Amino acid sequence: MTTQKISKPVNVGRWVTWGLFALVLAVAPLMFTSGLALTVLSQMGIAIIACLSYNMLLGQGGMLSFGHAVYTGLGAFLAIHALNAVSSGALPIPVSAVPIVGGLAGMGFAALFGYVTTRKAGTTFAMITLGMGELVFAMSLMIPEFFGGEGGVSGNRVIGSAFMGITYGPAIQVYYLIAVYTFISVVAMFAFTRTPLGRMLNAVRDNPERVEFVGYNTQRVRYTAFIIAGFFAGISGGLGALNFEIVTAEVVHAARSGAYLLFTFLGGATFFFGPIIGAILMVLAFVLFSEFTKAWLLYLGLIFLFMVMYAPGGIASLIMMNLRVASFGKLRQLLVSYLALTVTGLIALAGAGAMVEMIYHLQLSSSQGSEIVFMGVTLNTTGLDHWLAAALIMSVGLGLFEVARRRFAREWEEIQAFIEKQTNKEDAQ
Amino acid sequence: MEFFIISMLNGLSYGLLLFMLSSGLTLIFSMMGVLNFAHASFYMLGAYVGYTVSRFVGFWPALIIAPLIVAAFGALFERVCLRKVHKFGHVPELLITFGLSYVILELVQLIWGRIALEFRPPEMLQGPAFTLINHSINGLSILWGVAPAELCSAADVAVRVVCSPFPATRGFMMLVALVMLVGVWLLLTRTRIGLVIQSALTHPDAVESLGHNVPRIFMLVFGAGAGLAGLAGVIGGSTFLTEPAMAATVGSVIFVVVVVGGMGSLSGAFLASVLIGVIQTFAIAFDYSVGSVAQQLGLHLSDAARNNSFVKLTLSQVAPILPYLFLVLILIFRPKGLLGTREG
Repeated sequence: MTTQKISKPVNVGRWVTWGLFALVLAVAPLMFTSGLALTVLSQMGIAIIACLSYNMLLGQGGMLSFGHAVYTGLGAFLAIHALNAVSSGALPIPVSAVPIVGGLAGMGFAALFGYVTTRKAGTTFAMITLGMGELVFAMSLMIPEFFGGEGGVSGNRVIGSAFMGITYGPAIQVYYLIAVYTFISVVAMFAFTRTPLGRMLNAVRDNPERVEFVGYNTQRVRYTAFIIAGFFAGISGGLGALNFEIVTAEVVHAARSGAYLLFTFLGGATFFFGPIIGAILMVLAFVLFSEFTKAWLLYLGLIFLFMVMYAPGGIASLIMMNLRVASFGKLRQLLVSYLALTVTGLIALAGAGAMVEMIYHLQLSSSQGSEIVFMGVTLNTTGLDHWLAAALIMSVGLGLFEVARRRFAREWEEIQAFIEKQTNKEDAQ
Repeated sequence: MEFFIISMLNGLSYGLLLFMLSSGLTLIFSMMGVLNFAHASFYMLGAYVGYTVSRFVGFWPALIIAPLIVAAFGALFERVCLRKVHKFGHVPELLITFGLSYVILELVQLIWGRIALEFRPPEMLQGPAFTLINHSINGLSILWGVAPAELCSAADVAVRVVCSPFPATRGFMMLVALVMLVGVWLLLTRTRIGLVIQSALTHPDAVESLGHNVPRIFMLVFGAGAGLAGLAGVIGGSTFLTEPAMAATVGSVIFVVVVVGGMGSLSGAFLASVLIGVIQTFAIAFDYSVGSVAQQLGLHLSDAARNNSFVKLTLSQVAPILPYLFLVLILIFRPKGLLGTREG
C-alpha cells in the first residue's frame, strides 16, 4: 500500500490579495505625503484593527456589543502607563512592544468582564455590555490615579537609544509601526476565522441550540472569542496611545463604542473585509466629514437607518452583490439605472442638505449673519424663497429618485432571476 | 427621621419615574422581542415636545398632547422602519433603534438647540407638597404646602427645628406613575384589547389565525410604549433638566432595570426600578467612605492608605455606578433577574 501524497494547489488569489494589502500599507504614505494624510493613515490602521476585532464579536459571533471601547480604551491606558514605565526605566521593553502590553491588558479585562457578559447572548448580552461600558466610564472619573482625571495621561514615545535609526520621533516611523501591527493583526484575525474555534463561533451565532446538542459549551466558545477580540482591541488601543501620546477618559466612552458598532456595520459585518471599509470611513468621517458640516452625526444616523433597512450586509455586501452581477456580465445593463439613481439622489440630498445646513446655521451661529455658503451657493437663511427653493429641489429629487428606484428594482429582480436560473442550470449539468 | 422619610420619598419618586420608562420598554420587549434602544430618546422627545406645546396651550394640556405626539411618532417609526427589519432578526431590530437614537438626538439639537431649556412646571407644582417639621420638643409634624418661616425657626436657642420640604413635582411624578401603573394593569387584564395583547405576547400565530391583525397590535404597543416614555419625559423634563444629555443619563439605567427585573417581566421592572431609585438616592445622600468608616470604628490608617483614592471614595461618589454593580451581581447570582422567568 502506498499513500499518495496530495499537494494542495497554491492559492494564488490569496497571496495576491495579501501582497497587495501589504503593498498598499507600505506605499500609502509615499502617495499622500502631507502631515494630515499621515495622521489619517495612522488612525486608519488603528481603526482597522479595532473594527475587525469588533467584528469578531458582531459578524462572526453574533454578539452585539455596546462596550467595545472598554477594551480598546483600557488597553490604551495600560499601554501609556507602560510607556511611562519604560521611560522611567522601570520596565525593560522596547517601545515597539508597548502595543503588546495594551493587547494583553485588553485580553485580561476581556477575560474579567467577559466572564459576566458572555453568560448571555443576543439582546441581553447587548444590554450587559452597555452597562459594563457605563461602569468603566463612571469609574474612569472616580480613580484619577489611573485614568488621569480630566486631563488624561500623557507620555513620550521618543525614549531610549535609537535602534537602527528608529526613534519614533517622526510620524512616518510611527505610521510604519502601526502598519506592521495592522498587517500582522489582520492576517491573524483572518487566520482565526479559519480555525475550528472560528468555525464553531459561526455555528454558535447561527444555531446555538444545535451546537449544544453536538456537545459544545456555547458560553465557553463565546467567552474564548471575546477574550481574543479583547486582545486585538487592546493592541489597537495601545497603538492609539503611542500615536497620540495622550490617553483621556473619552477612549472608554459609550460614544466610542457606538462608533465602532456603527462603522463596522456600515462597512459590512457579514464579510471579513467589511470592517476594513468601515474603519476607513470612520476615520474619514471623524477627521474630514466633521470639518465639512456640523450636521454630520445626523447624516450618519440617517445613512445608518437606511443601511439597516435596505442593505443589512453593509457596503461590503453591496460590493459583493454587484461583483456577482458583473461576473454574469450583467453589470452594464444596470449602469443607466445606477447613473439615474446617483443623479436623482444627489438632487434630493442637495435640497435636504441645504435645509439642514440652514437650520443648523439658525440654531448655532445666527449671530454671524444670515447667509451661508452651501455647495458654492450663497443661501439666505431668513429668506423664504431660499427655503422654498430648497424644499422644491428636495421633493423633485425625491420624486425622480423614486421613479429611478422602481426601475432599478425591476431590473435588479430580472437579473437576479436570470442568475438564479443560470446557476440552477449549472448545478443540473 | 425626617431625612429618612424625605430621602425615601425622593428615591421612590425617582424609582417610579424609572418605572414609567422601563414599563414601556418591557412591554415592547416582551411583545415583539425588540429591545428599543431609542426608548430614552422618546423620553427626551417627550420633554422637548412638552416644552413647546406647553408654551402654546399651557402645561396641563401639554401633559396629554405631548405623549400623544410622541406615541404617533413611535407608531410611525414602527410602521415605516422597524417592520421592515423584523424579518432580519433581533439584532438588526436593535440596530435600527440604535440608529434612531442618533437621529432623534441630532434632530432635537437641530430644532431646540444644544443648551438646556427652562421648562418650568406650572405654578401649582412649584412649591413643596408638604413640609416635615422636626421640632426637638414637639416631635415630628407634617404641614401641607409651604411652612411659614416662624414655624421653622425657634425663638429659643436650645430648641432645634428642622424643616424638610418635599417638592410638589416629585409628588406629582409619583401620582402620575401610580395612575399609569394601575391604568396599564387594568388595560392589560380587564379589557378585550389587553387580552389580545397578552395572547399576542405568547402565541402570535394563534392570535393571527383567529383574525386579529398582529402587526397592527405591534404598532399600537410600540406607539403606546413610546407614548408612556413621552409622558415620563414631560414630567421628568419639568422636574429635572430638559437638555440633550437627558436621554443618555437615564438610558443606560433603564436597561439595567429591565435586566435586573428580569427580561419581559412587568412586575420585575417595577421592583427593580423602585430598588434602584431608592438605592441611588440614599447613596447620594451619604458622604461616607471606606476610610471615614474605618476611622469611626477606631481603626488607625496609615497616611498612604488614607490618601488612596479607593479608600477616599465616598458612597455619594460611587452612586452613579451602583446600578451597574447591581447588574453584575444579579447576573452572577440570579441570571434570570429578580422576577424573570426566561433564561438566556
